[in-house]
This record gives sequence, C-alpha cells and structure tokens, in this order.
Amino acid sequence: MLNHYSWWKWAIIALVIVPGFFYALPNLFGNDPGVQIRGARGLALETTDFETVLSLLSDKELNPKSATFEEDSLRLRFATPELQLKARDFLQRKLGNRYTIALTLLPAAPAWITSVGAQPMYLGLDLRGGVHFLMEVDMASVSRRAEERYMADIRTILRDEAVRYQGIRRVPEGGIEVQLRDAGDSEDSTKAIRKQFPRLEIRQIDRNGTDILGIRLSESERQELSEFALEQNITALRNRIDELGVAEPVVQRQGDRRIVVQLPGVQDTARAKRILGRTATLETLLVDEEHSIDIAISGKVPPGSKLYPMRDGRKILLKNRVLYSGDNIINAAASIDSQSGGPIVSISLDAMGARINQRVTGENVGKRMAVLYIEIRSRVKLDGEGNPVLNSDGDAVRIKERIEEVITAPVIRGQLGKRFQIEGLDSVMEARDLALLLRAGSLAAPVDIIEERTVGPSLGQANINRGLQSVMIGFILVLVFMAFYYRIFGLLANVSLALNLVLLVAVLSIFQATLTLPGVAGIVLTVGMAVDANVLIFERIREELRNASSPQASIHSGYEKAFSTIVDANITTLIAAIVLFNFGTGPIKGFAITLSIGIITSLFTSVFVTRGLVNLVYGRRQLQDLKI
Amino acid sequence: MEFLKRDIDFDFLSKKRAASIVSIILIVAGLISLSSRGLNFGIDFTGGTLVEVSYENSIEVEDVRRQLRVAQFEDAQVQYYGTSSDILIRLPVRSVDNSASISSKIMEVLRMPFLETLAETSTGGIQQCVSESGFHACKVQMRRVEFVGPQVGGELTEKGGLAMIYALIGIMIYVAWRFEWRFALGSVAALVHDVLITVSFFSIFGLEVSLPVLAALLAVIGYSLNDTIVIFDRIRENFRKMRKGDPTQVMNRAINNTLRRTVLTSLTTLFVVLTLLILGGEIMKGFSLALLVGIIVGTYSSIFVASPVVLALGISREDMLPPKKEEFAPEEAP
Repeated sequence: MLNHYSWWKWAIIALVIVPGFFYALPNLFGNDPGVQIRGARGLALETTDFETVLSLLSDKELNPKSATFEEDSLRLRFATPELQLKARDFLQRKLGNRYTIALTLLPAAPAWITSVGAQPMYLGLDLRGGVHFLMEVDMASVSRRAEERYMADIRTILRDEAVRYQGIRRVPEGGIEVQLRDAGDSEDSTKAIRKQFPRLEIRQIDRNGTDILGIRLSESERQELSEFALEQNITALRNRIDELGVAEPVVQRQGDRRIVVQLPGVQDTARAKRILGRTATLETLLVDEEHSIDIAISGKVPPGSKLYPMRDGRKILLKNRVLYSGDNIINAAASIDSQSGGPIVSISLDAMGARINQRVTGENVGKRMAVLYIEIRSRVKLDGEGNPVLNSDGDAVRIKERIEEVITAPVIRGQLGKRFQIEGLDSVMEARDLALLLRAGSLAAPVDIIEERTVGPSLGQANINRGLQSVMIGFILVLVFMAFYYRIFGLLANVSLALNLVLLVAVLSIFQATLTLPGVAGIVLTVGMAVDANVLIFERIREELRNASSPQASIHSGYEKAFSTIVDANITTLIAAIVLFNFGTGPIKGFAITLSIGIITSLFTSVFVTRGLVNLVYGRRQLQDLKI
Repeated sequence: MEFLKRDIDFDFLSKKRAASIVSIILIVAGLISLSSRGLNFGIDFTGGTLVEVSYENSIEVEDVRRQLRVAQFEDAQVQYYGTSSDILIRLPVRSVDNSASISSKIMEVLRMPFLETLAETSTGGIQQCVSESGFHACKVQMRRVEFVGPQVGGELTEKGGLAMIYALIGIMIYVAWRFEWRFALGSVAALVHDVLITVSFFSIFGLEVSLPVLAALLAVIGYSLNDTIVIFDRIRENFRKMRKGDPTQVMNRAINNTLRRTVLTSLTTLFVVLTLLILGGEIMKGFSLALLVGIIVGTYSSIFVASPVVLALGISREDMLPPKKEEFAPEEAP
C-alpha cells in the first residue's frame, strides 16, 4: 500500500525524538546563581571539606538550595544572586588560599534530568559575558635562553679541558660563536662539547685566520624546547587562573605558539591581565634538622631558620640559605623508576644549579632538602564586613601577599649533579603533579596578548534576549506563512519544523558545542531554510496532481522525486558550512556548527518525519481530492 | 492557497542578454568602488582596539573625545552606537604601546569623572563599582572590548580569502561529480557573481566588513548554491524526460517548474533574515545585511546567471543521459 510507514520507521522516529526532547529539556530550566569551590593548584577536595563548607554556611544562614560534589568540585546553588554573593565573600574569608572559590551559573534542571548527563547548551562568551585572550609565546626568547644556558656550560667545559679561548658570544641572529686562541684546539674542544651535548650542531669556521666554533641548536631540539615552553606556559597559566576565581576557565593551545584563555564571567580584564602576567618561583633549601620542630611551632624559631607550611598543612623548619631557584631547573618529568618500580620525578638543572647541587648534596647526604613554592599575589583588602577598604583617593586598597608552600622535602640519598630524581612519592599522579609544579613555577617564556575579546555581563544578557527574540519571531513568521500557504500540509511541516528546533537544541546540548551569537543567527537561518525541503516536496505533489495523478500517487511520487534534489542541495550547503568551520575562530565556528547541525536535523525532520505525519493523516484511505 | 495558479511558462533564458547587462553593470560599479574606495575592514582584519560602553544617561560624544584626548588617546574615534547613551570607541594599531592594556586604560579614563573603580563582582548582569559611597552599579558599563593585534588581523584576511576559494573548489568538485563540468562552472560563476555583488554593496555604502560579515558571505555561497542546485536537478531530470525540445526549452521548463519553490524559499529565508536585521542588534547588523543582499542576488543569479552559463558552454541532451538509470529505492509496499 502506498503512503504507509512500517513500524520500524516509526520506531526510528521515536528513538530520535524522545531522547531529543529529553536532552533539550535542561535548557528550559535556565540557570541558578551558584558558587563553585575547588582545591587551589589542582589539590583535590575531600568529603570533609564538603561538610565543613556546608556547616559554615548553615551557621551564617546562607544555606544553598542544593549542593553537589562533581568533577573534583563542590557546587552550591543559591536561590538569589544576593545570597550567592554573600556566600562567596563569606567562604573566601573563611576558607582562604587552599581553595578556589568562583561565582558561576549552574544548571537549574532537576536531578533526574542531570543525573543522566543532560545539560543545557554551553553558552559562548559573547552570550554569558567574559574574557577571551589569545596569547602568543615569545619563542625567540626560548631559544635565546637555551643558548645562554649552553654558553655558560660551554665555558665550563672549555675551562675543564684547559682550552684557551679569546671570547664566546651569542650571535644576535641565533647561535653561539667561540673564538679560539689556538687552531690546534678546535678538534679537541669540539669533541669535548659533543661528548657533553651530543645534540648541538658544531661547525669549525676559519674566519680571517681566527678559528671559530659555530654552535647551534639542532632543529629537533629547538622544536622540543618550543613544545616544552608552550606546555609549561599553559600549566603556569592554569595555575594562575585558579586564583582568579573563575568557574569554567578554558586554557588551550592553538597551533604551535599560541594559547587561548577563556574566562567566563570575568569583567575586570585589567586584573586578569595582571595575574596572568605574574611570576612565581621555586627555591630549594635545606631542612633544619638540628632544631626541634615542636619548639619552633611553639614560638621559638631558631635564628637562621624559618617555619614553612607543607602542602598537607603540617609545618616544616627550613634553613634560610637558598641553594638554587626554579630558574635553574631546565626540566622536570614524571616517570617510573626502572629499579624500584616506584613513581619518580627526574629533574635537570643548568650548569650553575648543577654545581651548587653537587656541592651541597655531597656535604649533606642523609639529610633532607626542601622545594619551596613562592608566589606574590595582590588582592583587594577587605574589612570585617567583607567590603573593600578604600584609601583617601577612593581606590580600593590592594595588599600584596607572599604565598609560600613546601612542595616536597625528600631525603638526600647520595651526591647529586646535573640530573637527579625525587623518590618516595605516593603515586604516579603525585609525581606528575609535582613535575608540573616544578616546571610551572614560572613562565618558560614571555607571553603577549595578541587578541582580547571581552563581553560585559549586560551585553551578554542583551545578546541572549535578542537571539531568543529573533529565533521566536522568525519561527512564528515561517509557521504562519506555511500554515496559510499549505493548509494541512503546512501544519504538518510546522510540526516538523518545531521538532527540528528541539533536535537542534538537543544535539547542541549533548555535544556541549559552544553556542555563540552568530550561532544563534545560524539557528534563525536554519529555521528559514529548513522548510525548503517541504516546499520542494509540496510543490512537487501539486505538480503531480496537476498532471492528473491520483492523490495517493501524487504524495508518493512528490516525496520520491524531490528527494535527490533535497540531498544535493543540502550537501552543497554543508560543504560551505564545513569550510566555514575549518576557517573559523570562536564565534564564527559557532555559526558553522549550528548551520551544519541544522542542515542534518532538518533533513531528518522535513523529509522523514513529515512523510510519516502525511501518511498518518492521508495514508491507508481512499482520497477523492487533496487540498494542498 | 497558491500564487501563480496556472502553469507558468516564462521564457527566462531569452532575457539573458538583459540579465547579463544588469549583472555586468552591478559588477563593474562594484569593481570601480572596490578599487577606488576599497573595503572598510573592521578591527578583526586591520587590528586595533574597540571599546563599547553604555552610560547611565545620554552623553555628548565631544565630552568623551575630550576625556580621551587629555589621556593621550588623540587617535581615538568616538561615535554613538545605537542610542545616545551608548558609545563606541575605536583605536588603530599603535606602533608604541600597542598592547592589550590599552582597553583597560580607556575604561579607567572613562570612569574617572565618576570617581569610581570597578569592583570584582556583578549583580544580575550589571557591573558593580566602588566609590566613596560604597558599592553601586557602575555609571559607565563596559559592554564589549575587542583588541586584535596586527599579526592576527593579517592572518585572518588571508585565511578568509582562502576559505572562500576552498569552498568554491569543494563545491565545484561535488557539482562536477554529481552533474557535469558545465554545471560546475555555471554554479561557481553564479557564486562568484553573488559574492562580488555583496562585497561591492559593502564597499559602495562604506559598511564595515567584520568577521561575521565574512561568515555571512560563506552562508550566502551555501544558500545561493542551494537554489542553483534545485534548478540544475530539474534541468537534468527534464533532459532525460522531455524527448522534444532544444536545450533552451528544456532549461526554461526547469526554471519554470521550480519557480514557485525558488520564490517561496527565498521568502521564508528573507523573513528570518529581516527578523535578524531588525531584532539582532547592532552587532548582527553587518551580518544580516550581507545575508539580505546575498539572498536576493543569489536567487536572481541561480536563474539568470547559472543556467545561461551552462547553456553558453554548450550543454546538450547527450551530456545528460545517465550511464545508468538513477533511481532511489521505492517505498516498500506491505
């Protein structure tokens, strides 16, 4: 029989539509003002923290609407923005530096929806407000610093080999030149440098009678250094952003020298820029084991030593003399010890660090050496009420804080040199975190902000409202037109157009694709273009009717004949959308995404679903004539 | 309801001379404008800084200019943006002090007369400031800041041009594969025509070309092509179906067959684009305008440019006869 859908086609429709509705559902509930609490610098939160926070809040009668523990963070939902702000300020004062406390919007959908992973669409910065930075890492300075380190090392080698040289200098265009005194030395010194640094490219040049060693980094080493610098900068930036109190920061590499940083909800870009450009350092010191830690804690800190907090909150007594700093660390990597099988962190030092390390560890075998993390932060000074303290000019007073924390304090097992390992770590995770921290102390190379896009909260909200309005009005205009022009068929097409919107929203929600303002424009455009397939089909049916086909046969061949046209037309549009996606940066990508998804969902609804609906209404019966 | 009730049989292709004159005039006018006036590229392409602020009450542009001049921002362009309390400030790329910090300095300068500084919180979408009287909604609300370094802008221009070319090549390959090479050339000719005229429109009226406008141009390519393909599909079908008639008649028939659909879909799309233009706000203006022009030109070109080009390239019935019969699986009958 013509125009009848078998059960499995209905099953397919149901299998798409029912989950579609479900996954689109969270978008109806909107968001609650929320506070997100995470451990600072990648430390994990524990269930005890959870209870502490809740009891603190209930003491102050700032009870959240709900509190959940997901993805290493505690999420509190509040009834009003006022409560949210109060709770944030209160918790910040009570909990202090060990936590990152951020204002955020949390999906308000009930738990039975969110428990299966359904979430509202992920809004781009132009809709939710926030800052987007594109940063470029100064790779020239990475090579320069590496060459400077090599220069120091080469000096030492030449001295050790008793090679006399006139001078050693960095060539401005890159590379190192050693001017030798004696031509006979060039072979030996080349060999000596190669032995220590097999990866360096060394050429012997005779320039106007003087013998010169031209030394350059190999291309592979240069790439490795760049790669490493980029990775280290990303880690350092992540750590810094943690203190900005941003709920869902994005830090991503883009290409081989750029980093994208997105901070939703941040408006004070001056502060963000300040913090991202800030420096943190590492120092190594010896542990003071001659004096009792308990006496020191009780207040009698011995002269020449100082008490420091460890990461787990315990105290440790360190001698004041700094051995070497994070600047001397070239690399730190986590791995597994081939002998013991335990997790380790291998550290490489530059020449100066190596010399100090050799001497100090040689003299202090069996004692402990500590790695101290130091950071200078500045923040607005708050009074007892949590309001900012103002100076005579009406500016908020900023105070500088020096944050110090001992990352690790292992026992020295033997004399160490340029490379050494830290053992006795609990897990591979811990080893990795430690390696990251050791590397992330400071930026490996300066970064420049080469693009900034900030959207204020009011514009974000205005964009959402305008976007919604445009979608609704455009949608209604098309609905009215179709119903007016095609009557019953138009109504059926309208049902499928509405389903198309639901499916589009569902797909965007499932993939958590970023919805931007141009993305919303893509949805609006989809609404206008999605009826095209139905127009094609319905016009074809009319044509068949004019050719005196029976109503049922007309419906059948209308759908059949229009199909290949629809597919061709949509695939070509899809090609343009895919090119757009590959070309696009942030907001434009959003447009390409909604356009592409819209094309696919509209194919399904306007061909497959309307066919079903038409079959339901007109199929399985004798039709004398067809009003279309 | 139905417009054009009776069978339409309009000789479109006989109008190709008139149509080509119209197209050529438009394109030549566009090229003259493009070569003399060029395009008003936004900071996405040129680099520079843009700050959009909203004042509590309406404000004189001249006052803002003076403030910025005093603070050494002589090169700032200041204009109203939509209303008399919204201001848009643009700064070109600077050789010295060319950094992202310019925008922060501008906000500080603008807040100075109100003796307020930004607090780090916002309530209900409104930025809060601190002054002697404590917390309050900022008198100057930062709406949007864009800073684009010169290195990024240059890349974008290049990438945008390349994207356009890739899209055209991809489309040409697909159409050549599904139809025939003459159709591929015809569709690409129509697309180049559409993009040129839309870009010319922006040049003639001095409208800003931003990143969203570029996106709209690519969407125009997609849309115009959609129209063209529908007609081409019908031309192919008619060549196979109609035993009589020369190529001109066959193609005319196809254009007439699909005319209602061409008009209807353009209408519904124009509905939504107009909605965007009216309701989408200042930011979406360029985008919606590009789409509006592109859709009108695209509808025209799919009838008056694409098909005549295919015809001029000497298409014949033999070219269109399938090597094997193309058929889609019929609906199963239970």
